[in-house]
Amino acid sequence: MLRKKTAEDIIVDLIVYVSLVFVGIVTLYPFVNVLAVSFNDALDTVRGGIYIWPRKWTLKNYEIILTNPQIYNATFVSIARTVLGTVLGIICTMFVAYPLSRKDFVLRRPFSAIMVLTMYFGAGLIPTYLLYRSLHLLNTFSVYIIPALLGMFNVVVVRSYIESLPSSLIESAKIDGASEFRILWQIIFPLTLPAVATIALFIGVGHWNSWFDVYIFNSQRPDLSTLQYELQKILASVSMQVGRNPDYQMGAMAETQQVTPTSVRASMTIVATAPIIMVYPFLQRYFVKGLTLGSVKGE
Amino acid sequence: MESAIYYTSKKTFWQKVKEQKELVFMIFPFVLYVILFHYIPLWWWVIAFKEYRPYDGVWGSQWVGLQQFRDLFSDSGFWLAMRNTIVISFLKLVTSFAAAITLALMLNEVKNMLFKRTIQTISYLPHFVSWVVAASIVIGALAPESGVVNQVLMALKIIKQPVVWMGEGHYFWWILAISNVWKETGWNAIVYLAAMTSIDPELYDAASVDGCGRLQKIRYVTLPGIAPTISMLLILNVGWLLNAGFEQVLLLRNPLVQDYAQILDTYVLDYGITMYRYSYATAAGMFKSIVSILLVLFANKVAQKLNASTVV
Repeated sequence: MLRKKTAEDIIVDLIVYVSLVFVGIVTLYPFVNVLAVSFNDALDTVRGGIYIWPRKWTLKNYEIILTNPQIYNATFVSIARTVLGTVLGIICTMFVAYPLSRKDFVLRRPFSAIMVLTMYFGAGLIPTYLLYRSLHLLNTFSVYIIPALLGMFNVVVVRSYIESLPSSLIESAKIDGASEFRILWQIIFPLTLPAVATIALFIGVGHWNSWFDVYIFNSQRPDLSTLQYELQKILASVSMQVGRNPDYQMGAMAETQQVTPTSVRASMTIVATAPIIMVYPFLQRYFVKGLTLGSVKGE
Repeated sequence: MESAIYYTSKKTFWQKVKEQKELVFMIFPFVLYVILFHYIPLWWWVIAFKEYRPYDGVWGSQWVGLQQFRDLFSDSGFWLAMRNTIVISFLKLVTSFAAAITLALMLNEVKNMLFKRTIQTISYLPHFVSWVVAASIVIGALAPESGVVNQVLMALKIIKQPVVWMGEGHYFWWILAISNVWKETGWNAIVYLAAMTSIDPELYDAASVDGCGRLQKIRYVTLPGIAPTISMLLILNVGWLLNAGFEQVLLLRNPLVQDYAQILDTYVLDYGITMYRYSYATAAGMFKSIVSILLVLFANKVAQKLNASTVV
């Protein structure tokens, strides 16, 4: 339908495009600024005025954090829990989502009630802490993996996706004598890949971003610390000095070590964020569909 | 399909279970897992009625009846946490809804797909970074001297002196609300955009014929089109009223704003984990969980009522 643009059209378009460009800048600028600061000389940064480009280019900030054995180790733990947690999480989600997607499954109703109810309540922090303690999960690597094996929201997303596949696929496979396990992994799983990509992103990001479980359950074990927790520790030490400028405060330290909290925080932030920014463009075309499908059915 | 129903209906429940033993075998360990990790912890609620000492164990500890709850309800700190929780979640609820709906409406007006997709991709990026990273960015942006917020406001001559944003309680509530908007608006807008795509295009054509301009189309077609989604999400969010955002508050709070930053979750953390008052903190957590469950049930009832009346 072709028609002339009215004055209103032009004004609306103008407001919309200008506002959206503003939204884009406000959202993206903090990341660009952190990136610039992370590549700028620490002492030079104290003078202020770093916006989108480093003034005195250096890799020193990264060198400092990546050669720190504590942070090097934390990076390894973060990668380990993300990879292991995501792979196991996907397998477990499939084992739950597939039976629940089968309309003819006799135990579908009671089992899905037991599972879905957990989305709406929690016992609270202390009971959870006491449970983990009695299961000897405290101060272990397993506390990252085992309690997070199943996310009900992810189960709902995958289940809805499987339900949208033609049920004749399963029936004909059964006639051919395939076991349920075989149907799940050789027929359903490959067809469910878009949903799996969505939940892989959710599970992976969840693991990579998690710091609270480190803080509560594993704070006695520096060897099990993660990147996000290390960043949180830096942040907490800066937070204690609100009201004064941390850059000036740490001036003396800066002179000798060529490092300031601002610079270390910037490079840590980039290291903690980069993997997500790198994978998410590849997965994002799936998640909008996966999410809307899941949320509509989930309600 | 009909023959299948006939075929299975002759069998007893246990025969069907036996026939589907592979499916049962597949899911059963996870049913046990969910019971262990989500239902068993409820059992520890019993310590809210005791004076729990780790050395004595749950059964060895002394019963105190409702003493913990009496202490809790007579503590002014608890009511302060309650006030902060409600104010913060309410502020966040209103701002995040307004922002997400506005963003979705604006994106919906964009005809250039490349531009639309670029802005969308940028807008949900912050959703995927941790609150640790987001808090680091917020604290950096609000720093008194080097922070970009003060620099911009001073350059625009809106303020003369740098403001210590993180040191003032009233600002803190708004910092939580606005940083939440920054982080989640793009993500929250997805569901409204999805709702907008399902609006019948003929409605827009009809509105054009009736002489509606762009704003009138938004007012009379788009907004009514997403109204059911908005009301549904609003109702469902009632269940989250006692969740003010644990991680966000925990990461952004500092001693100066403690009276505005203490929420129920941090209250439980401070008393339970930091001061080892397990029973007292469990009572606080239990109170929060029960009120939340009641709110969810209430919200679901309302949602069903509304849904039924709109569908029929």
